[in-house]
Amino acid sequence: MSSSWNIIQQSLPMFEKGFVLTLWLSFVGIIGSIIVGLICSLVQYFKVPVLHQIASIYIEISRNTPLLIQLFFLYYAFPVIGIKFGAQLCGIIGLIFLGGSYMAEGFTGGFNGVTKSQVESGKAIGLSRWQLAKYVVFPQGFSLSVPAMAANVIFLIKETSIFTVIAIPELTNTALDLIGMYYRSNEYLFVLVVGYAIILIPLSIILTLLEKRVRYGSFGN
Amino acid sequence: MADKVLEVEHLEKYYQKKHVLFDINLSIQQGEVVTLLGPSGSGKSTLIRCLNGLEEYQKGTIIFEGKKIVPTEKNWQQIRQKIGMVFQSYDLFPNLTVIDNILLGPIKVQKQDKSAARVEAKKLLKSVDLEDYADVYPRELSGGQKQRVAIVRALALHPDFMLFDEVTASLDPEMVRGILNIIKGLANMDNMTMIVVTHEMNFAQEIADRVVFLENGHILEQTPAKQFFSKPKTDRAQAFLDSMDF
Repeated sequence: MSSSWNIIQQSLPMFEKGFVLTLWLSFVGIIGSIIVGLICSLVQYFKVPVLHQIASIYIEISRNTPLLIQLFFLYYAFPVIGIKFGAQLCGIIGLIFLGGSYMAEGFTGGFNGVTKSQVESGKAIGLSRWQLAKYVVFPQGFSLSVPAMAANVIFLIKETSIFTVIAIPELTNTALDLIGMYYRSNEYLFVLVVGYAIILIPLSIILTLLEKRVRYGSFGN
Repeated sequence: MADKVLEVEHLEKYYQKKHVLFDINLSIQQGEVVTLLGPSGSGKSTLIRCLNGLEEYQKGTIIFEGKKIVPTEKNWQQIRQKIGMVFQSYDLFPNLTVIDNILLGPIKVQKQDKSAARVEAKKLLKSVDLEDYADVYPRELSGGQKQRVAIVRALALHPDFMLFDEVTASLDPEMVRGILNIIKGLANMDNMTMIVVTHEMNFAQEIADRVVFLENGHILEQTPAKQFFSKPKTDRAQAFLDSMDF
């Protein structure tokens, strides 16, 4: 029987690959989510006809179905109707589909958080709807949405663990694979937890600092 | 006979089913200072908010500088540059410095020349003793200072007409005098036409040419200020004045 330490050491190169993949998928997924979320929230803010309704429907579907089911659809159901993606692309699309709505709600919450009296004092100096958005609502709304964005970023990184069900070799999948092969669950789960902690704890600290900074920068009217 | 800046004819306002302004008729001459008085909830703020389109009205006409206002958002955007408004809550934009708060309207809305607008903004700031505060953010100012900036922000657009909605109501007593003096200066020196909603009776008495007394959404009387404060036409206004103790 090899010692736990040896087991861990031998598995590290595999975990490293999983770690990098988790980081990469999260990064792409989060950037994509922010872009989709921003588009949806702008479409809703300006009440663009048709698109505005489409965005609402998308947000409802996306927020009210689990990522697991969304991935099953993309990976197993779509090929039936002739649409086939690789596992990683499925994962990214799934994460963006999920994250886009969360980000959209975050931005919309920020825009709505800009007080009515701010909007009125903008109108009172003759700002047009677009100018009001550009100089008053968006700058304040974005800083109001930072806490929600930060929570979403952490949430989406954790959600990548579900990718294991479509066999993407990210962190969780790596651990489950190794456990299946060598039956050393204690060691591999330990490394798995450490792997997520290395990503999430520093990130969480950075995001908290960012929130504080934004709060100081724009509040206390 | 001076020109009429603003005329309101048979204006009616509802919030859903609730009728809040009844048959408002009002006209204001060039250079005139009208004070809107009345108990809380009488519709004073609602009325002046109707006058620059922040509230919709359901019936009646507003005529500004001889032209009937077609109440679309686009038209209001134009008219609001001519009608300055200052609010109780100051509402400077916290994301912009003092000078950028002031310059937003002149530069972005009116496309005034940037350097000229800046020079003028500084001059206006100096006139309210805030010349050293151009580059600070609103959060660093006291309430009274913020309100002075808010007045300057409205004036920078060169309005023909000013609306003051209880601008001293959320200030420390110490700050109030300074703001009132600025408004008085506007009325006396610059001959600005204005409607002032206030609870400061002494100030109303000092500044007003005419008092419009509102209760429950009805104009009960419109009386020259001197007469109003000595002998108002209605018993209701007399009771109101008696209760104010000033």
